[in-house]
Amino acid sequence: MINPDSVGRTFEGADLITVTQSEIDSFATVIGETKTSVAPPTFSIRISLSQYESILTQPEVGVDWTRLVHGDQKFEIYRPIVAGDTFTCSATIETLRVAAGNEIITVRSDLHNGSELVVSSWSTLVVRG
Amino acid sequence: MIEIGTVLNEHVFSIDRALLKAYADASGDQNLIHQNEEFALSVGLPNVIAHGMLTMALVGKYISDWAGDPANVNEFSARFIKPVIVPAHESVDLTVNATVVEINGDRIKVEITATSAGVKVLGMAKAVVTK
Repeated sequence: MINPDSVGRTFEGADLITVTQSEIDSFATVIGETKTSVAPPTFSIRISLSQYESILTQPEVGVDWTRLVHGDQKFEIYRPIVAGDTFTCSATIETLRVAAGNEIITVRSDLHNGSELVVSSWSTLVVRG
Repeated sequence: MIEIGTVLNEHVFSIDRALLKAYADASGDQNLIHQNEEFALSVGLPNVIAHGMLTMALVGKYISDWAGDPANVNEFSARFIKPVIVPAHESVDLTVNATVVEINGDRIKVEITATSAGVKVLGMAKAVVTK
């Protein structure tokens, strides 16, 4: 069960993540993108999902990662990600509700390069009951 | 001339198991439901399914192309309403269309539809681009 006390809290990811050109190139290749001076618009999910996994599965939050389904996703890109960006990634649990035996949480992820907020994204994650 | 109601050209992407593996490696999402048929069936899925975020990444490419560059995409959102089902040794389609719904200076909002095998796979899909 997800701990209801975690709603409204922001958890800072432990990692400092440096984006490399080769990561951008790999992601771009999959979707057929040849313009690679910036990352594709959904590239940041690569960072957010891995940080979510370590943050949200902590016992004080209690998400069961093995039962997770991605419900929806939104990105606000304040400037494109480029190689050399070094991000911290936070996860804020904005809402939690239970419907039809499933726990549904909305999590916001903020990617900061130093003090600059580069991308915010919102994920609705459904933990199947 | 871009105005409200302008319809973007349709684009059809092909998705197969090799693309799912490539996306898993590029994104770090190695969930077996996107790679292993036996596992996908064991958790009640009809077959291997594409990552919702792969579908969204391909639609992102469509929007980037129209916007002229991936750097011109400012907002992008979608709901994953049905899975893209990817049988072995087959290519399935991801058919994408969009319409301009709002213009605010140089910021243009489009509403997007995405289907696979005739089934709508994304809901409420929208993007805002600078053009």
